[in-house]
Amino acid sequence: MVAAAANPVWLTFPCQGLGGRTPGLQFHRGNKQMVQTRCTRKARPATISAKFELKPPPYPLNALEPHMSRDTLEYHWGKHHRTYVENLNNQIAGTELDGMSLEDVILVSYNRGDILPPFNNAAQAWNHGFFWESMKPGGGGKPSGDLLELIERDFGSFEIFLSEFKSAASTQFGSGWAWLCYKANRLDVENAVNPLPSDDDKKLVVVKSPNAVNPLVWDYSPLLTIDVWEHAYYLDFQNRRPDYISVFMDKLVSWEAVSYRLEIAKARATEREVEEERRKREEEEEQESDGEGVQMYLDSDADESETE
Amino acid sequence: MALRSLITTRTLTRGAKSVGFGLRGLQTFTLPDLEYDYGALEPAISGEIMQLHHQKHHQTYITNYNKALEQLDQAITKGDASTTVKLQGAIKFNGGGHVNHSIFWKNLTPANEGGGDPPHGSLGWAIDTHFGSFEALIQKMNAEGAAVQGSGWVWLGLEKEFKKLVVETTANQDPLVTKGASLVPLLGIDVWEHAYYLQYKNVRPDYLKNIWKVVNWKYAGEVYAKECP
Ligand SMILES: [Fe+2]
Ligand SMILES: [Fe+2]
Repeated sequence: MVAAAANPVWLTFPCQGLGGRTPGLQFHRGNKQMVQTRCTRKARPATISAKFELKPPPYPLNALEPHMSRDTLEYHWGKHHRTYVENLNNQIAGTELDGMSLEDVILVSYNRGDILPPFNNAAQAWNHGFFWESMKPGGGGKPSGDLLELIERDFGSFEIFLSEFKSAASTQFGSGWAWLCYKANRLDVENAVNPLPSDDDKKLVVVKSPNAVNPLVWDYSPLLTIDVWEHAYYLDFQNRRPDYISVFMDKLVSWEAVSYRLEIAKARATEREVEEERRKREEEEEQESDGEGVQMYLDSDADESETE
Repeated sequence: MALRSLITTRTLTRGAKSVGFGLRGLQTFTLPDLEYDYGALEPAISGEIMQLHHQKHHQTYITNYNKALEQLDQAITKGDASTTVKLQGAIKFNGGGHVNHSIFWKNLTPANEGGGDPPHGSLGWAIDTHFGSFEALIQKMNAEGAAVQGSGWVWLGLEKEFKKLVVETTANQDPLVTKGASLVPLLGIDVWEHAYYLQYKNVRPDYLKNIWKVVNWKYAGEVYAKECP
């Protein structure tokens, strides 16, 4: 098949080994297109046994004071984030996940909600990097341009968005995250085909997630996040989570980062639409020329794990 | 349409009243006092942590639990089924927070008042029987408590039907009973970050190691003896 041939990583792709005896295999088949698309673009060759690195925030650790203390960043980045990265590296060293992109490790180990051990560390490693880059010294205020337009279109006004985001962040029971995401509406996921796809299908949404879970596992494009684990605010705000959330929105959010991510998310959605169109056309052509084409494809992909 | 919804409302209201709900006599909850000073558990747990934990965290669970109960009462009175169902999350979380913390305070006592003294009597024997030794139980609870993802609790519970001791963990503020209807909590350890962060930062295992110095085994033993006379 075209996708597999163009993607040598897929041939040695370790997911089957992991998924063979678990629902992971279904994950792969069901979301084949999605995973392959990601792998083609992001996965590194399996021969390089890369360790994930702890990237520092894009500003000095005291640069967010007085809104977020140096002390908080020293622990939050220097200890918590570091531990997630180190534990992840230890956990996957020499396993089939070794060498995948962080996003792929997250998707594979999420395993449709029946999570495999590396998921928490992988997702937390990713979430924290994304969180640091969601902030900047002298942040806050109001976004502009496309982003503001979309916010107004999808929430009614910037103020309504603010209150929805704050409410999601303050009502997440226990530890977790609140997110602003770009959701490319893909109605064709479960056999349903959107008859008239248009730009209006692609919406901004506010969601919250428990513990390590992030919106990548729902195939949304995250644009902004706030960490509402207690460790994120306890040294500066103790139990006052709502104050932390307000200060984050008023003084710390980097709307430039969010705007930049929105452009990427839009481009990605378009790219995937094109790719999906092309795949559909090819499948149709193949079905015309060879009725068994699709069947063969699935068989050859799954044979290793189905020989038990 | 209007008539139908009126009938539905009436039916539901009557149904609810017949099982004893209604506006009268809604019980609200208040913050229980601690039997020791905030600083009395030092150095295992700092006075600052204890004060915030009791006055702010526990109080907030109680405030929100009372609020949710009041809304529930109104929803039931109105026969508003969807609100009744919607409130379950807040009731479980805040009610659970109240239940769990109430037990937690009783599970602790200053070291000079018996905190950390190993359990004697029937609970001591039962621990040896079920876990091999007292030290083995502590090790097991430390390991399971450290492994809780995010916020939650680690428990020593009694399965009262079979008189069996169990170690369980629960997420967020889920009380032990969510893991089994016949489970009675003997000892619960709060592993939310608010329980240790100001003192132990990211090192939860150190908090778990030290908390045993202020555990009130006398209380756990009394609960056990009452259930297994
Ligand atoms: Fe965090
Ligand atoms: Fe607590």
